[in-house]
Amino acid sequence: MPPNSPPDDYDNAGLVAREGPHDNAQAYSVSEISAVLKRTVEDRFGHVRLRGELSGVKRAASGHLYCALKDDKAVIDGVMWRGSTARLPFRPEDGLEVVATGKLTTYPGRSKYQIVIDTMELAGEGALLALLEKTKARLEAEGLFAASRKRPLPFIPRRIGVVTSPTGAVIRDILHRLADRFPSDVLVWPVMVQGKGAAEQVAAAVRGFAELPEHGDLARPDLLIVARGGGSIEDLWSFNEEIVVRAVAESPIPTICAVGHETDTTLADFAADRRAPTPTAAAEMAVPVLADLAGFIGDLAHRQRRCAMRPVTLGRERLAARAERLPDLKTLLQPQAQKLDDLAERLRRGLKDRAAHARERLQSDSARLSVPLLRQRFLAKRDRLAAARLAPALLTKRALEDARNLDAQTRIFRSLDPKAPLKRGFVLVRGQEGALLTDQRSAMRAARLRIEFKDGEVEAVPAGGATPKPLRPRKAPLKSDKPGQQDLFG
Amino acid sequence: MDEAAPNLTELTFEDALRQLEAVVKQLESGDVPLDESIDLYERGEALRKHCQARLDAAQARIQKIVTDASGKPVRTEEFGSDG
Repeated sequence: MPPNSPPDDYDNAGLVAREGPHDNAQAYSVSEISAVLKRTVEDRFGHVRLRGELSGVKRAASGHLYCALKDDKAVIDGVMWRGSTARLPFRPEDGLEVVATGKLTTYPGRSKYQIVIDTMELAGEGALLALLEKTKARLEAEGLFAASRKRPLPFIPRRIGVVTSPTGAVIRDILHRLADRFPSDVLVWPVMVQGKGAAEQVAAAVRGFAELPEHGDLARPDLLIVARGGGSIEDLWSFNEEIVVRAVAESPIPTICAVGHETDTTLADFAADRRAPTPTAAAEMAVPVLADLAGFIGDLAHRQRRCAMRPVTLGRERLAARAERLPDLKTLLQPQAQKLDDLAERLRRGLKDRAAHARERLQSDSARLSVPLLRQRFLAKRDRLAAARLAPALLTKRALEDARNLDAQTRIFRSLDPKAPLKRGFVLVRGQEGALLTDQRSAMRAARLRIEFKDGEVEAVPAGGATPKPLRPRKAPLKSDKPGQQDLFG
Repeated sequence: MDEAAPNLTELTFEDALRQLEAVVKQLESGDVPLDESIDLYERGEALRKHCQARLDAAQARIQKIVTDASGKPVRTEEFGSDG
């Protein structure tokens, strides 16, 4: 109905309004009608769900949120008081299709009506995707997803921090795959991964890991895995929330993000250092395969040993090559053997010839060798020996001469014995002292004389001399019997 | 290759492995003099042992964080399959 066309029953409208007797249509004052309208609207639309596109979103300093909801033909103002905005699950932006829940109210002073929004949700997945794109563009512009921010993961992490739900397949998958590949030290930070407050928990866990001490039971991991299983875009929404995206981007610990399945990508994935399509894949990124590494190290060790042995192997090969080229021993020795045979033959023959020759000479010599000849020579020598014979007389003659000479000398010597005359009656006269007295005067002076005969002494006193003192007769010396021989040699 | 850093304990597994690989390649190239190659071999052996020790020490240990009312981590406990 066109708004300006009057109702049929007002056809007879006059210049001044009259209260007709049958007319029970009372005139309202503006305030009255506004109040009625307000009551009517608020009663009738005390709880509505209103779908529309946000526009003119404005957050006042007071914290209240003002906006309009529109579709292609109409627009309605909206307001969301501060208390309600705190519970907003997303950040309202122009152009987002939302479903606002609240009540309609009027604003009589301005002839306006509006919706007071209690809660606001995104109107379907399309809207969610649109919001995602908007947020992504904004954070990307900030550089949060820049490739230059990505850090390498540790080759073998000392400790892996996992932010995920403690229940369900995700943590099991991660732990199983870690155990398969490389038994690791894992610290799980249990969080809700869906629903109200999940984003805050995930963000707090990511930041909390970074704040852990260096050592101890609560030691800080050097690798993080933020994980969640697959789900609808709404289920995964926590990982698109700015608080989570920023926490992941700012984490000082290298982070792997594994949210949803292959096709799902959340903003947290973009912010992480590595994105894994699944939780299992995250575990594969986190650690190498121990057995492979052990095999590789074993291979290196083997190659190294082979290198160390190579000089030996090479030497052996070269030796073998040379050994092969060595000529056959028999061939090598054949000329020598032949020569040996030849020499042996010649030796034998030479010996025989030599013997024969010597025999010949011997026979010729023996012809010249004869007994008469030898005897003749023997006799000649014997004659010469005989001619040179020694005569004993040569020695004995000389000895006899010497003996005779000695006898003569002996006789002369005996004749010279001063006592020899005593035998013929001469005496020796001595003084008392034994001195020989050879003249009369010295005899007269002597008191006593000792007169020696051939057989002994006699003492005497010279007459006319001094009175002689009696003398003991002196015994004759015993050995004066044969003075000649004795004295001669004494 | 920096062999001026013989202190193996300072080396990460990855660096030690990389050095070991370099040592082996150098040995395999065959243009290292014999006496040097002996030193090189010994270095390689030490690197190999270092790497092997890290692998031998690998041990699974799964724990979870326990937080207080304010959400601050206070301790860890064994992570049971019950979760």
